[in-house]
Amino acid sequence: MTTPAPASTERGAYAIRMQGIDKSFGPVRANREATLEVVTGEIHALVGENGAGKSTLMRILGGLQKPDAGTLEVNGRDVTGWTTSDAIAAGIGVVHQHFMLVSTLTVAENIVLGEEPVSGGRFDEARANSEVEALSKETGLKVSADRRIADLSVGEAQRVEILKTLFRGARILVLDEPTAVLSPPEVRELWTVLRRLREGGGTIVLITHRLDEVIDISDTITVMRAGETVARLRTSETTPAQIAKAMVGRDVALTSRDEISALGASMPGGAGSTEFKASSDMSSALNVTELVVLGSRGTHEVDGVTLSIRPGEILGIAGVEGNGQTELIEALAGLRPCASGSIRLDGHDVTYKSVAERRSAGLSHIPEDRHRRGLILDYSIADNLVLGLQEAFSTRGMLNGANISSNAKRQIEAFDIRPPSAVLPARALSGGNQQKVVVAREMGREFSVLLASQPTRGVDVGAIEFIHSRLREARAAGKAVLLVSAELNEVLALSDRVAVMYRGRFAAVLPVAEATEDVLGEYMIGMKTDEAVA
Amino acid sequence: MTSQLREKFEEALFPPVVALLIALVCGDLLIMSYGQSPAAVYRMLLEGTWGNAYGFGQVLYKATALTFTGLAVSIGIRAGLFNVGAESQLAAGGFLAAMMGLALSPGVPGVLAVPLCMLAAAAGGGVVGAIPGVLKVKFGAHEVIVTIMLNFVVLALLNWGIANHLNVPETLHTTEIDAGAIPRLEAFIGAFHGSAANLSLLVAIVTAILAWFFLFRSRRGFELRAVGLQPDAAEYGGVSVGGVWFRALTLSGAIAGLGGINYVLGYKHYYEEGFAGGAGYLGIAVALVGRNHPLGVVLAALFFATLSQGGLAIHALVPKQMAEVLQGVVILAVAMSVPEVRRALRQSRRPVAA
Amino acid sequence: MRKLLIVAVALLVVHAALLFAGGRGVTESARPGATDVGIVLDVGGRGDKSFNDGAYAGADSATRILGPNIRFIEPGEGSDREAGLRLLAAEEMDLVIGVGFIFSDDITNLAKEYPAISFACVDYALSVDDKGNVIPPPPNVAALKFREEEGSFLVGALAALVGKSKKVGFVGGMDIPLIHKFEAGYRAGVKHVCPDCTVVAQYAGVTPEAFKNPGKGKELALSQYQSGVNVIFHASGSTGQGVFEAARATRKLAIGVDADQADEAPGFVLTSMVKGVDAAVFDAIQRVQNKTFAGGIYSFGLKEGGVGYIYDEKNKHLIPDDVHARVEQLEQEIIAGRIKVPSTR
Repeated sequence: MTTPAPASTERGAYAIRMQGIDKSFGPVRANREATLEVVTGEIHALVGENGAGKSTLMRILGGLQKPDAGTLEVNGRDVTGWTTSDAIAAGIGVVHQHFMLVSTLTVAENIVLGEEPVSGGRFDEARANSEVEALSKETGLKVSADRRIADLSVGEAQRVEILKTLFRGARILVLDEPTAVLSPPEVRELWTVLRRLREGGGTIVLITHRLDEVIDISDTITVMRAGETVARLRTSETTPAQIAKAMVGRDVALTSRDEISALGASMPGGAGSTEFKASSDMSSALNVTELVVLGSRGTHEVDGVTLSIRPGEILGIAGVEGNGQTELIEALAGLRPCASGSIRLDGHDVTYKSVAERRSAGLSHIPEDRHRRGLILDYSIADNLVLGLQEAFSTRGMLNGANISSNAKRQIEAFDIRPPSAVLPARALSGGNQQKVVVAREMGREFSVLLASQPTRGVDVGAIEFIHSRLREARAAGKAVLLVSAELNEVLALSDRVAVMYRGRFAAVLPVAEATEDVLGEYMIGMKTDEAVA
Repeated sequence: MTSQLREKFEEALFPPVVALLIALVCGDLLIMSYGQSPAAVYRMLLEGTWGNAYGFGQVLYKATALTFTGLAVSIGIRAGLFNVGAESQLAAGGFLAAMMGLALSPGVPGVLAVPLCMLAAAAGGGVVGAIPGVLKVKFGAHEVIVTIMLNFVVLALLNWGIANHLNVPETLHTTEIDAGAIPRLEAFIGAFHGSAANLSLLVAIVTAILAWFFLFRSRRGFELRAVGLQPDAAEYGGVSVGGVWFRALTLSGAIAGLGGINYVLGYKHYYEEGFAGGAGYLGIAVALVGRNHPLGVVLAALFFATLSQGGLAIHALVPKQMAEVLQGVVILAVAMSVPEVRRALRQSRRPVAA
Repeated sequence: MRKLLIVAVALLVVHAALLFAGGRGVTESARPGATDVGIVLDVGGRGDKSFNDGAYAGADSATRILGPNIRFIEPGEGSDREAGLRLLAAEEMDLVIGVGFIFSDDITNLAKEYPAISFACVDYALSVDDKGNVIPPPPNVAALKFREEEGSFLVGALAALVGKSKKVGFVGGMDIPLIHKFEAGYRAGVKHVCPDCTVVAQYAGVTPEAFKNPGKGKELALSQYQSGVNVIFHASGSTGQGVFEAARATRKLAIGVDADQADEAPGFVLTSMVKGVDAAVFDAIQRVQNKTFAGGIYSFGLKEGGVGYIYDEKNKHLIPDDVHARVEQLEQEIIAGRIKVPSTR
């Protein structure tokens, strides 16, 4: 399915037509003869692995960058090389992954910013509010016009972003990874809004790498790989497996469980461990009691969490981001002080131990942000593979170069890190390979408990597959794993038990067999609470 | 792969070369504005520095102090800290070295007295460096502000002490030290007669080598650089970020302080008010141009020392401000060619997918 | 990269073209047979309107009248002082002059190394041996010393007599013994004519920066003027620019130092305590030219005309005749030795 399929044009003319787009940044060719054809009034999914060139293509569309070659037509007009203000004037609205809102202003103020209604030379707040509320009603994007951005949830903030572009008259809406921060009910709500915009004649381009969403919502799909457009598919005529194959350029070995994890079909799956049967009489490897962690302003980010994980068990934590998962993991890793409660690792109290001490006591940690915490981007792969283990790799204060490079050689081979070079800086690797370096370091050594936070965020299908199988192997080898992921499917596919975190507490703990997306979704948005102990 | 390598090489080499050329052309224009021939001035500059033993000795002498301060600043930058206090650390180091030299009795043999004086110098600079370290770790005070303020405080204190209590009447220096003098190069090589160059030079070279080993071969160095690049990642890797900051600023101060031996033990044999003479501030430029690498620092120190001594030599043709302006142009041009600086200016560099 | 390469080549071409273009070449219009004189100024350098400029002025008039070849060197930092002296000595100059007490040690050492060359040092600091006896300078060194306290005494008397407010001001540069001499003489002068007057004395700092900090000078002067001082004497290098500015702003009077500074704030400069650095330098050059140079201590005071105060067309209207007469009388008493002026506070 690597040859572009003929486009269906019966629904109307092209809203966007990009042809033969070339764009290089120094030696890197981000786009090579890329093509994107979006018909007016459709929801078009743009998919591809990280670094496939999706964002560059959208930056060219939005006028942020000029193509080296190729043409760009919008609504039949050749606008190649236009500017951002041209693009906005022509009705293109881009909603970025990172919100660009002024957090101290209200929703209405943010939406009208730059085009404020004025009466008598002064900002007319009442009119701004009423205009925003009218638009909100019309589109079904529910917001309260007079609330401050700082008080909103991410889902609400995203709605404000979308409204902002619509307020400026956008008819072509580009959404960059819009669901990454949303809970399942919020995602469903977003879908409703998008469909409604489509009915109203709007055109939507959705950038994503979550294939379940693609199947759910899109009409047409463009697949990109290594800067090129490799497939153009009608959603109704394709399957997740076909899309995945086009994305990675090879057949992805899909077992039924892998299909759930990598492709996210909506059915929930059981994940009863087969290789290592955890028995109840076994003492727990990680034991956390009534843990309280304070945020920067003294708020209880983690508010009395109790959990225990047995060797050979994966406990998954689901939840909308920002409900204390990050703080919980960081407190367990020793990166944040515990206000009260206790943490026991293999029976030893480590509540007040340092990061290094916990590490040597058998704690491994895949951090949620590899660019900020997990890697030193300017260090070589070899050096990154000993980050946190530098004490073990030195003798009398001097680094042991021979051990470091033999360790690198072994890990690069075992974890298939590409390109297989020990001296390359981590910055030069793709997201997936960067994550493999982190995984190799944390799992390629003796450990008993693993904290895995967003282990597959922003990595491609091939790497997801690889990392998942490693996590299962760890379980089989009798390790205890605490998994935090924003991907509900990932949690469901890997965990033995699932805990849902809401406002710093466990709202529910369920055996994976009882955990369906719908059940979890209610706990995730706080509609239901059990006050559970995992 | 070879083309990639070539590209990397070009990227590392071209910008500084262009920067130097820009500085040269600016120098040409400046010289011509004084109605002189650039060729004659450059020749005179080279003859007065690398062209004769005395001039070369002076270059070595000046480069010695700049190596110490350049290393001090670069250790700080490697840990993500900007130590602007090398000037006062250098002065404090020289002061304590002189105090130690005065305290020891003349009978103490050099092998004992010199290390003791060096230790005093390093301790003096180290204490001045440790203060911003403590304030940063304990109270979050920014090291740039603290080190700038400490320059005023420390220099004023030292000068007050010298001007009012410790000076030889009618002068601004102490009496000569009784022990701990470091021999000059002229004692070994007659051609260096009269030049201030002394064996502190060897101490500077050894310090540069040790700094390299520390930064790139030791565990502490690994951790220090990690903190400088990504403090969050270092913390994740079990490194105490505050501890590294404290140690880096203290070490930085100690190295700058050790630089005080060049003047006090090696040249004048007394502490003289104002002896640092801007070497601490110039150390920032040396570290920047030397790309915070010990070898680069040594080369940059030689370069700036040549400009400084050469400025004196070309005095007959152009005023001394000309050499100072040229030095400024070089710093500006080379700084712009440093990748870190350019990256900070451009900011939008994304990770490149392999 | 290609773009950079083009830039590099272009720059190289421009450089090569400039290298040999322009310029009239080396300006050594050395007259053979004339006396060769080298002068190393202090770090402050030319343009300090004080003793460096004084030395420069002396050398300048010597060039016009006596016709020697003179070379100047302005050092950039401490070790450059010796390097500058050596550079000149190595060129076998007939006379090498260091301007400032800070050259004392270097000149003493160098003079022993080059006995055939004559040296002179402005404000030469005499060293003292263990028993407290003054060590004379080497035989080929002329130590040019000034009795600044005598001149300061006269301007102190002038300030008290003209100021009429029982309060007179003093702004020093760096807080060091050399400047204390000015203050001591000034105080003595004030007290001599007005025993119940008070002297407000302040210093700009304890580092050499204190000699080039006009901002600080203005700040100190303004506060003194506001506290009721009508006349301020400054001995603070270019920090004094700030004192003059304050005088102009408050329409009060200031006294200059080292050279006639009347032009710094016309109408507001009561007088200047001049120090004859120019005359001393001229004198040294002349002696070398006439082959009458001899080492030793040359002390310049009122008697020798080495220090004094300005009284001319520009400031006559500021000084009443009776006051002028009184000060003239004091000058005679000092010259005659009837008044002993202290040199320490």
